[in-house]
Amino acid sequence: MLDRATGALRRLGRQCIGAIWRLGYASRFFAAVLMRSGTSFRRFRLVIKEIYFAGVLSLIIIIVSGLFVGMVLGLQGYETLQRYGSAEAVGTLVALSLTRELGPVVAALLFASRAGSAMTAEIGLMKATEQISAMEMMAVDPIARVVGPRFWGGLISMPLLAAMFSAVGVFGGYLIAVVLIGVDAGAFWSQMQASVDLRNDIVNGVIKSVVFGVTVTAIALFEGYDAPPTAEGVSRATTRTVVTSSLAILGLDFVLTAFMFRGA
Amino acid sequence: MENLVEIKDVSFAYEVRPVLKGINLTVPRGKVVSIMGLSGCGKTTLLRLIGGSLKPTRGEVRVAGQATHELDREGLYALRRKMGMLFQFGALFTDMSAFDNVAFQMREHTDLPESMIRDLVLMKLDAVGLRGAQHMMPSELSGGMARRVALARAVALDPMLIMYDEPFAGLDPISLSVIGDLIRHLNDALGATSIVVTHDVQESLKIVDYVYFMSEGVVVTHGTPDDIRKSDAPFVHQFVWGEMDGPVPFHYPGTGLARALGVPHA
Repeated sequence: MLDRATGALRRLGRQCIGAIWRLGYASRFFAAVLMRSGTSFRRFRLVIKEIYFAGVLSLIIIIVSGLFVGMVLGLQGYETLQRYGSAEAVGTLVALSLTRELGPVVAALLFASRAGSAMTAEIGLMKATEQISAMEMMAVDPIARVVGPRFWGGLISMPLLAAMFSAVGVFGGYLIAVVLIGVDAGAFWSQMQASVDLRNDIVNGVIKSVVFGVTVTAIALFEGYDAPPTAEGVSRATTRTVVTSSLAILGLDFVLTAFMFRGA
Repeated sequence: MENLVEIKDVSFAYEVRPVLKGINLTVPRGKVVSIMGLSGCGKTTLLRLIGGSLKPTRGEVRVAGQATHELDREGLYALRRKMGMLFQFGALFTDMSAFDNVAFQMREHTDLPESMIRDLVLMKLDAVGLRGAQHMMPSELSGGMARRVALARAVALDPMLIMYDEPFAGLDPISLSVIGDLIRHLNDALGATSIVVTHDVQESLKIVDYVYFMSEGVVVTHGTPDDIRKSDAPFVHQFVWGEMDGPVPFHYPGTGLARALGVPHA
């Protein structure tokens, strides 16, 4: 009985030490990415290429999802608000939901699944096929040449995708509430304009999307760079990217929201 | 003759598992030297120590007079700019064409104009017979062609030392012969020094000047290709002539067959 308890305690301790070690390793990796970002700025076309892969190629999924989320908000919002005779406020509900929460959060979750997993798999496979080792043997720093541009590409893409998601979502809400149900267009837009605040809603939403962009991209790149160079290793790393990023986004969203909107 | 690479009493272990145990080896300038041995005997580890990717747990590796384990990152990168390496399966960058793979180092390390890079890349690709494949992506190349493009990339900056990690692995007889000839001719044409890590005995004995034989982390014998062919050391003889049984047993150690099959009193 005592042996079991000490065994379990030892395993728990080992897991805790392992987790702390990995967190420290990830922090050092992240610091190295930041310190060796000079190449990304000197040769900005490398970053532009990554913006294309991480951002432009994610546009379809972001636009389609944004449209549907906005349409659902329009339907649900109208259904609830018309009970209280304030159906015109549906524009406000759609816009605030999207800019404060759903735009940054859902876009980041989609970004993690589409671009984050692709980054992890690409870097993991580069490692498995010795492309990273080849680069090091050619005296080219893979953190500066491969990881840095992807980090900045992801960081720049994420707020733009979140903004696109929110904009398309508002349009989706308009389609349902105004075009389909017949809410007055003037009331829809004017109530939205009156209640959405640039500082409290838009800027805070943008800050969230930047934080999520850093988080998702850093996790994806670290998992890819740290992946064991085997098919199984890359597959596990890709799964970890999606799971860890999703949990980190939701956790950080709560923390950020608590700080941003506590007095609003 | 001056040695470009000197390995003195080098030992190396992955955590607690020893891989190299007191290796001594020299590679004279201008020569093609082969390091042979069974899979897992520490050949590739030795190559990584020479390239500075790993640090020895004991002893020292000197390349062009510099101890690789004493160099910082900048120093190591400066040394690596004078080295070329061909990886086992080429390790070509899969998102770049054959042309861009060969041009990669030129673009990273030099300020040459694009027109000059183009001429140099075409000359390197021509040297390996693949000028016509310059626009092909790695996924469109056969194994032998990929290895040749990787070879052109390895010699892109006319290195003083070229390292080959299993350059003959998985090639058809024609590609094998082509790669073998290229290793020899590029070494002589560039005035370079080459280290070929391989277990392909017959092909490498045709092209190298000197051979080191490794087994279980130590150098068991060394000599010219003729010395190796005539060697009567049991391990070398078994390896060179591909004999099924010898110092390296056919059966992995285990319990007797009869016992494993549960035959009583066998």
